[in-house]
Amino acid sequence: MVYDFLIAPFADFEFMRRALAGIFALALSAAPVGVVLMLRRMSLIGDAMAHAILPGAAIGFLLAGLSLVAMASGGLIAGLVIAIGAGLIARVTPLKEDASLAALFLISLALGVTLVSLKGSNIDLAHFLFGSVLAVDNPTLLLIACIASLSLFVLAVIWRPLVLECVDPGFLRSVSRAGGATHLVFLGLLVLNLVGGFQALGTLLAVGIMVIPAVTSRFWARDMTAMIAVAMLCAVISGYAGLLLSYQADLPSGPAIILVTGALYALSVVAGPVGGLIWLVLPRRHLQA
Amino acid sequence: MPGLRFRNLTLGYERHPAVHHLDGAVEAGALLAVVGPNGAGKSTLFKAIVGEIRPLAGAIDYDGGPDRRDSAYLAQSAEIDRSFPINVYDMVAMGLWRGTGLLGGVTSGDRRRISSAIATVGLSGFEQRPIGTLSGGQMQRMLFARLLLQDARLIVLDEPFTAIDSRTAEDLLGLVRRWHDEGRTVLVALHDLELVRAHFPQTLLLAREAVAWGPTAEVLTPDNLNAARRMCEAFDADAEACAVAAQ
Repeated sequence: MVYDFLIAPFADFEFMRRALAGIFALALSAAPVGVVLMLRRMSLIGDAMAHAILPGAAIGFLLAGLSLVAMASGGLIAGLVIAIGAGLIARVTPLKEDASLAALFLISLALGVTLVSLKGSNIDLAHFLFGSVLAVDNPTLLLIACIASLSLFVLAVIWRPLVLECVDPGFLRSVSRAGGATHLVFLGLLVLNLVGGFQALGTLLAVGIMVIPAVTSRFWARDMTAMIAVAMLCAVISGYAGLLLSYQADLPSGPAIILVTGALYALSVVAGPVGGLIWLVLPRRHLQA
Repeated sequence: MPGLRFRNLTLGYERHPAVHHLDGAVEAGALLAVVGPNGAGKSTLFKAIVGEIRPLAGAIDYDGGPDRRDSAYLAQSAEIDRSFPINVYDMVAMGLWRGTGLLGGVTSGDRRRISSAIATVGLSGFEQRPIGTLSGGQMQRMLFARLLLQDARLIVLDEPFTAIDSRTAEDLLGLVRRWHDEGRTVLVALHDLELVRAHFPQTLLLAREAVAWGPTAEVLTPDNLNAARRMCEAFDADAEACAVAAQ
């Protein structure tokens, strides 16, 4: 009975297994990026970037239909152009990066939706905006797996300057010129993970698997490594539970996954060991020293 | 052989000079205090020495002595994010950057050096504490431990003892004297003139231009200090281009 409920959908159906594998890969690769985003106070920029890749993917769609390679490359190019463009505008004009990015991503989103509706139907638009993780085929799975592996590898390589840039950028400037390049590489990783997530979860929710588990981990750990571990665990559990929920209750799968991450977040806000609300109400005795 | 030489150095922001036509030399191995009123250009001068800003005119030469690659800098107000989840040990370990670079490993010898640096500044037992739980004095000790690990020949400290307790200041001054004994060139910007008189053999009294430079007792006279205080702090919005020719 438990087996029927929890395991059978995946054992019986290949599309469910593929979706699960895809979501697991995404979860593991997006979670550490999300933690870094949160610690650098860039969580909303992640959301903006997710919208920014839409016109690129739309152009790929216009040129080659629902082709994975076209849409992924288009999305990647658009994301990088917007990220670098916002950075350049911030460096050369008085406008700060968050403001220039806000303008660019809103323009991007409108452009993307317009481009898709030129050729596609409402179904195509829904796929773009909300993804269809259950339609993940083998090529898409391979792409997601490659993105996840590349992302984790690059993150490991730039780890030191990345952490330094977050906690003490002045020190990094004094010992190395790696700061600017690190920031750009990190933005590239962000775009890469969003392009991977966009197929499964759509542009509106791709950043959810990245940011929400990271924010949840703040309530469970005080050390960065532990936070990443918690975020990965949350993301993986949400992927599994969300797919299961969408199967058993016949709900759209992308939003179901994000709703599970949301439930875990709400639980952590209330009862998380580090700063959960419940500890304000149930006081604990202080220690001797 | 001089370590640092300032040649007609002018530094500033948006063409207004914060340091104006500074000339002089700092010997390698000197222990120099830099004093002056607020807005005198001390921080600006230090930023130029470590390469964070470029001169508006003139230059800084590093002949024979340590150059900016071999320097360690402690900024006046660190841009450190205290809410970041990192502990004291890892923060101090950053001092090894020049040795390990991007991907180099941390050897057991390195670990011994890290622990020894933490013990030297009196923070034994604090290794696993998140930096957000440190007091001002503890934070400063931690930053000095990181400086120790950097093992630089040129050490530049911008007001390191502001707003910390006297015991910590004494302990850290002991470190500064140790660096001087080891032959490193140390420049320290300070406000506390008693501290300068007691511990620093050489002083530069800066008020955009060098008011006095030399042995501390000769520099910190009432006349010199008054002259420095008369300096105007605000930039003159109607100023014309400076007529002194660049050499």
